[in-house]
Formats: sequence, structure tokens, C-alpha cells
Amino acid sequence: MTAVREIEFRDALREAMSEEMRRDKRVFLLGEEVAQYNGAYKVSRGMLDEFGPRRIIDTPISESGFAGLAIGAAMMGLKPVVEFMSWSFSLVAADPILNNAPKMLYMSGGQFGCPVVFRGNDGAGGQLGSTHSWCVEGLYSNVPGVKIAIPSNPYDAKGLLKSSIRGDDPVFFLESERMLGNKGHVPEEEYVIPFGQAKVLREGTDCTVASWGRPVHFCMDAAEELAKQGISCEVIDLRTVRPLDIGTVVRSVRKTSTCVVVDQSWSFGSPGSELASQVHRHCFDDLDNYVHRVHTADVPTPYATNLEQDYLPNARRIAEAIRSATYNL
Amino acid sequence: MTSLSNAPTGQPAVTDVHAKVYGDVDHLQAPPVRAEIPAAKQLAWLRDMLLIREFEVRCMQAYQEKKIGGFCHVYIGQEAVAVGCTAAVRHEDPIVTAYRDHGHALARGMDPRHCMAEMFGRIGGCAKGKGGSMHMFDRANNLYGGHGIVGAQTPLGAGLAFACKYMDEVIDGGRNTRVALCFLGDGALNQGAFHEAMNLAGLFDIPVIYVVENNGYSMGTAIARGTTMAHSLVTKAAGYGIDGYVVDGMDVLGVYADMKRIADKCRETSRPAFVDMRTYRFKGHSMSDPRKYRTKEEEDVFEADDPIGRLERQMKASGALTDESFKAMQKSVREQVRECVAWSDASPVPGPEELLTDVFVEPWGPYPGSTQPEMNGGTPNMPGTKTIDVKEDLL
Repeated sequence: MTAVREIEFRDALREAMSEEMRRDKRVFLLGEEVAQYNGAYKVSRGMLDEFGPRRIIDTPISESGFAGLAIGAAMMGLKPVVEFMSWSFSLVAADPILNNAPKMLYMSGGQFGCPVVFRGNDGAGGQLGSTHSWCVEGLYSNVPGVKIAIPSNPYDAKGLLKSSIRGDDPVFFLESERMLGNKGHVPEEEYVIPFGQAKVLREGTDCTVASWGRPVHFCMDAAEELAKQGISCEVIDLRTVRPLDIGTVVRSVRKTSTCVVVDQSWSFGSPGSELASQVHRHCFDDLDNYVHRVHTADVPTPYATNLEQDYLPNARRIAEAIRSATYNL
Repeated sequence: MTSLSNAPTGQPAVTDVHAKVYGDVDHLQAPPVRAEIPAAKQLAWLRDMLLIREFEVRCMQAYQEKKIGGFCHVYIGQEAVAVGCTAAVRHEDPIVTAYRDHGHALARGMDPRHCMAEMFGRIGGCAKGKGGSMHMFDRANNLYGGHGIVGAQTPLGAGLAFACKYMDEVIDGGRNTRVALCFLGDGALNQGAFHEAMNLAGLFDIPVIYVVENNGYSMGTAIARGTTMAHSLVTKAAGYGIDGYVVDGMDVLGVYADMKRIADKCRETSRPAFVDMRTYRFKGHSMSDPRKYRTKEEEDVFEADDPIGRLERQMKASGALTDESFKAMQKSVREQVRECVAWSDASPVPGPEELLTDVFVEPWGPYPGSTQPEMNGGTPNMPGTKTIDVKEDLL
């Protein structure tokens, strides 16, 4: 038996991009510090050496400009991958990424698609303060016309990024700086993961816990802890929020009759509120309790370690929500 | 500043009004430098300008009749810019523009029926009635929109030229000879996106030509009230290491000659360019603009220098046009536009299934994918595609 290969999240991302760039010359990477600096977070380390400066392109700090440039290039049929050092910086590129990329196909009556992937770090947890800790899925999942992937582990990151690059539609790919060093199994063999397919990470009978991205790990911690108290959780990693695999969640809730949704974006008008709403609708007669939701606190992200940890949808808050949803308080 | 050519031929004297609107009038006083342009080309451009003019007059009428909704910005007065610029580049060169886009669509070769039907919100429109007046797209004619947000198209324009270069050089290993034309209004000069795009174009050697259709006003704000160095916009280009030119946009022959030389230079050097194209819109910013911010006297000065009238006078002087042939041309244009309105009236509204098409290329959930419009030989309404009820598709 061969040893299971484990690589870091950042390496999985790089493998996905490099493999797709070898496969398709239309694919190129651009962003701040992606080339000579080898990536602000070393995701693109070594890619300049392999692909050269025409395909691994350092840009100035000019998100609106290079996001728009990528969209124009995508309209002509290229397949740009744009790295935002942080999704927090994407806010200054709101017009191109929200007003152009997702709407181009529709406004042109099917003439011009926009096969561009925007990717970068999303979310709090690194004491970066409020301006650098955005969870943009809360804002961006509101917009039709984009696909949004929020992987929680290296395996999913690679497979989803490859299918993002191969696809014909714009994708927002949300990574986490807190997870880039996480190791996980990624096979040598090529694979892709389709969008809209949730994964059941842990089977259980008492409560469905649905999440995506980094909080999935907090959900697993909470489930582990609660198992010792006799509460059996079924943890589902949605992996993509657009498309949202509501079917997998509904099937689980029909079994468990309770549901907790964990979302690291703010609660008001979020993917979490959307998921909870859909579960209420589809499982109205199956639920023993209302769908509980755990989000980041409804405040700007604090800097102090203790406050930031309390702010996040951490394992303690998730466990409390599960106990409440299952009447185990 | 580099002034390539200028042509006082048949043009009224430069006045204080010109100086007031543009800040300087050097471009109107420079001696003409121009190659001979064949009469057949001049006739074609005259007809193109007449077509745009008549089309826009009909648009205004249709807007009053409520056949056209939303915002509608007509191109009357600026016809020489779109016609001269598109004539000066090759069909393979991509073009992108802002929301005053009907003129560019027609000059690029879009059948006016599809342009008008788009504004009528009909399935025969270039975007099946989903884009509207501000969003004209034409894949077959390399027109990449029609963009509604001021300045939004400027990074896109850089991306189009970047893609030309990438495809021809990185993928095919040859040498790119295409340039992209990116039109913008003078109001877009003050958007951040424009400056980011200029910096990127200068930095990356991107052969995009930014044509500023400087009509003196961003909506109701005179250029000097909102823009620094309004009398010398080319200094902005200099700041990005980009060659800047001032061109008289009321003279289609001059526009063609200047733009041809500018485009040739961009092809040769693979560098961007910036053009301060001095023009004037005869009508309001949009249909609801009473034009209280400028005087009748000012409008009269510019309307006396109508770009169509100027070419008409020049061609009659050279013997390339007679009163009779001009009248016949006007008649044929009127008939074409009348027919185009009738065609658009007859085109059906998009079927309800069109609500959900063209959101994604790859079908998923309630979204059945996308099709090409009739203009591109597509079959709208996706016959045979199962229309999925959004509410029931979630499971």
C-alpha cells in the first residue's frame, strides 16, 4: 500500500492552477505579488519559473483595473485566474466583479460569457482588524450569475479550483489565510469536483450541522465534543454556496429533524439565512425546532484575540446552538 | 500635445464659444494634413452618419411614444466620431464603449433592426431584449458592449487588447497586430477605473486606444467644473507615459485620417494611445435633460458645424456629391429606418422562459444555459429545453 500523500492547502491550490495552465494555454494568473514575490501567501510559489512572466503576471495595487482587465480578456475567450491578496480588497473592484462579470452573459443576450476565476483569502481569525477580515460571501452570494466555492480542505480546494478554471462561468473562489498551511490528503491522480455537491463529513442522527469553509472544522470539533455527551451530529460541508446543494441538507434534516447552520459571514442577509430559509420551507413538517444559526457576531471584526475568537462561529457557540436545537440545554 | 491634422475646410470660424467649451482651440486652427480619401469611402461614411442621425431621431420619437423605456442617450452631433474611428481600424479590432452606444453599434455594422428591437425590448434585439439602450453587444462585429457605468469599460478595453496580444503571441507564438478601441466620455476621466486602466495599459504595453468623446459636458457639468487640466487632457496621458492626441471630432475625414495614423502606430509599437476627441452632443445627456446648463447660442454655434453638414459641403465642393444624390441618400436612409422600426414593432417580446436563460453558460438548477440571439443565427427561446420551475427545482 502506498503512503497517503498529504499536502498543504496552498500547495493544492497551486497544483490546481499549474495543472490547468499546462493543460490550457488560455489560462493565466494575475494579481499582486503573484510572480516575482512568489505570492504574498506563497500559493503561486515557483509558478513564474515554470510559466514565465507572460502567464504569471504581477500587477500594481489596482484591483479595479486588473479585475476589469481580466474580465475583458475573459470576454474574448481567455481564462484568467485573478488572485486577490485578500477578498477584503475586492471591495474596491466591486463594479467589475459584481456589475460586469456576473451580468455580461445576460446583458449580451448570451453572446459574451465571462470565464474568469477570482480567488483569494476570505474571513477573519488572523487579528487583521475590521477592514481586512471580510467574509464577502455575505455580500456576494446575493448576486445572480456567479458561482461561489468555499472549500474547507486541500482535497476539495484542488478539485473545485480545477473545475472553476475549466468552467465557462465566473467563479468567486474563497480561501482562508488561516487554512493555507493545513495539510490534507490529495492524491497524485487528477480529479475535479463539480459544483453543487455537498459532502457528508460525519454521519449522525440527532442534528444536521451544515457549513462551508473554515467553520466546517469548528463544526467537527463541536460534533466530537457533543458525541461524548450522547448527541449525534451529521456534519455537512456544502463546499459551494452557489450552487447550493439544498437536497443533501434536506435529506439529512428529514432524518435528524433538527438543523444548525454555521456561516462565518454576518447573519443579516447571508448564505446562512438563505440556507435556513430553504430548510424551513422544505422541511416544515420534519423539523422539531426552528433552524438555529451561528454566524460571526453582528459587529465589525475586533482586533483583540479574545474578542475576535468570541466573534467567530467557534466550536463553543456551535455546540451551544446544537444543544439548543436538540433540546439538550 | 500632438495634433496630427486639422481641417478647417467648410468649417465655421473658431469662436469664443469653442474656446469656452474646450478650453483651447489649437486643434481647430492647425493646418490640415490629410491623404486623399476615395469618394466611395466618403459616400459610405456620409450614409453611415445619416443612418445614425435618422436612427436617433426615430429613437427619440419612439421614446416619446413609450416604445423605448429606461435611459436612452442619443448620439446626435457625435456621428463623425464613431464612423471615423471604426473606419480607421480593422473589423478584427475589438471595440468597447459606454452607454451612448447606438452610434458605435451601427458604425460597427450591427443591423439597425437588431439595435432598435433591443431598445423596444423585443426578442429580435441584439441581446434578446435583455440589455436595453445602454448595452449593445455584437459578437460577429467584435463589439464588446455598451456599458452603463461611467468608466467601467476602460479596464475592459485594456483586457480586450491584452487578450489580442496574449492570443496571438503567447498562445500562437506570432505577433499581435490588433488594437482595441475603447470609447469613453469626458466624464469618465474622473473615475478611478480609468486611471487604473491607463496605468496598466502603459505598464504592460497594451495596444488599446482610449478615445475620449469630449463633448464638453458630463451630464450637466461643464468639463472644467469637474476635470482638472480640461484645456489639455493629453497631459493626463503623459502622466502614464501614453501618447496623447487632440482630434477634431466634428470632421469625419479628419477623424479617419488621424485615427488611422494613431492606430497604425499602436499596432507597430504595441503601445496604448489617448485621444481627446473634441465633439459636441446636440441633444441632452438623456431624454429627460432640459439642457439648462448651456445656452442656445452655444448650441447654435455647434449645430452650424454639424458633422454631416460639413462632409456634405466638402463632398459637394469636390464634386463627389450632388443635391440630387444627397436627397436620394437621405430618402433611402429614412426608408431603412422606417422599415427598422416596423420590423422592431413586429418582433415578439421575449418569452417568459428567457427570464432564466443566459445567467450561466453551464446549465444548473433553474438555469437552462444560454443561446445566441437571432442576430447571430441563434434560436432564441431555446425550443426543446425544459423550462424548470424555480420553486420546484430546489429539491
